[in-house]
Amino acid sequence: MATTTQAPAETKPVTSLSNQEILRYSRHLIMPEVGMEGQLKLKNAKVLLIGTGGLGAPLGLYLAAAGVGKLGLVDFDVVDFTNLQRQVTFGSSDVGKHKTEAARARLGSLNPDIQIETFETKLDSSNALELFKDFDIIVDGTDNFPTRYLVNDACILLGKPNVYGSIFRFEGQVTVFGMPEGPCYRCLYPEPPPPGLVPSCAEGGVLGVLPGIVGSIQAMETIKLILGRGDNLVGRLLLFDALGMKFRELKLRKNPNCPMCGSNRTIHQLIDYYEFCGVRGEEAPAPELGVPEITPRELKARLDRGDDLFILDVREPHEYQICNLQGNLIPLGELPRRVHELDSSREIVAHCRSGKRSAEAVDFLRKAGFRKILNLKGGILAWSDEVDPSVPKY
Amino acid sequence: MPVKVIIPTPLRTYAGKRDSAEVHAATVGDALGGLTTEFADLRRHLFTDEGKLRAFVNVYLNDEDIRYLAKENTPTKDGDTISIVPSIAGGSLAVDVEKEMF
Repeated sequence: MATTTQAPAETKPVTSLSNQEILRYSRHLIMPEVGMEGQLKLKNAKVLLIGTGGLGAPLGLYLAAAGVGKLGLVDFDVVDFTNLQRQVTFGSSDVGKHKTEAARARLGSLNPDIQIETFETKLDSSNALELFKDFDIIVDGTDNFPTRYLVNDACILLGKPNVYGSIFRFEGQVTVFGMPEGPCYRCLYPEPPPPGLVPSCAEGGVLGVLPGIVGSIQAMETIKLILGRGDNLVGRLLLFDALGMKFRELKLRKNPNCPMCGSNRTIHQLIDYYEFCGVRGEEAPAPELGVPEITPRELKARLDRGDDLFILDVREPHEYQICNLQGNLIPLGELPRRVHELDSSREIVAHCRSGKRSAEAVDFLRKAGFRKILNLKGGILAWSDEVDPSVPKY
Repeated sequence: MPVKVIIPTPLRTYAGKRDSAEVHAATVGDALGGLTTEFADLRRHLFTDEGKLRAFVNVYLNDEDIRYLAKENTPTKDGDTISIVPSIAGGSLAVDVEKEMF
């Protein structure tokens, strides 16, 4: 675990601000709701951000700008070119760098008066309690169910607030878990969805501004918790629909029988969250359908030879518009009712973006009696890498 | 008695891309039953094979979780809103999840 600190560790509470800090935070200081007392609370606060991605970007920027004295950043990832559409902490020159390091540089330049601690590691059951113990508030900006349950359970075990935000396409959910009187994530969702029922990559994607809005709300809730001001989202689930531009609020109740925060707790330590969520190992299970495959180079050679192949593209129409292999488009979801459009006597090569959905299509068609059908290994991404780099990757 | 059911983004694919539906129903269970009759694909996403609501899908009548009312037997009245709220996990986002999950 790489740990770096930018400023000397502070142990005793800070009781005054420098003249430069007073100038920097003057728009806070002149508000009675913050004032010198509140600004010192911010300076003495220690907040750990889990994830420095889409939600972590506005969180890190606003909490650093607001003068939260110690910010911890946990992320194991590196900046990818596709992150820049929404992860506004990073610039084009950061691509390839570790996210924690790129974020530390950006936030440190925004506010050199704060301490930034980076943890370039994957949060798991073996390190979560140790990482969390030195912080007052944990902010969950992760992107997967196992880590969500892990963050929740670790916060409950340590008695720390968990400022929760999650997004999907153009919808967001925000609340505060882990307060003594409030519910926890398991009260809201006792069980994770089985992997097969999470929305597929065909429905993935996100409007870049959405994590900006949801992460900003998390930052606001974090600051209110530090200041002890206002009504926070404990016991309330805020739903945001960006497309309809609607905010709604639902009541969240503490489940008296919750295995984590109920009076008869049955979970007393962190568990294996990948197993709990039905996802084994570091990576999610690779497709194990065992369908017959063809590599992009083999396909290219056969097409060049003039073989009669029917190219079946099982992606969505909007993906076809991004790039295509001039295949015949039947989205995976429509395949069962459009199977009659296919000629089982012809040789079919199915493809999608990465090869996962088309493997499902091949498996389905084989069960439907198709024998001459192959899956394009690695999908259109591999085609771009191995055959035709002019085909854009997405 | 028309009741409005708000369909969340992840489930719209299975509900004819609709964001809400008006159904006539006397209880929350009736309303969801009517909805899944109209959109059969939605059924396995909301209910287990035994016909129980799935644990990762929460259903609210107006702003109250039906688990704390009379569950699926909770009576509905004209103008009520039922919200289906599934768990979503994206943060740094679905595209990144895709790399892991798909």
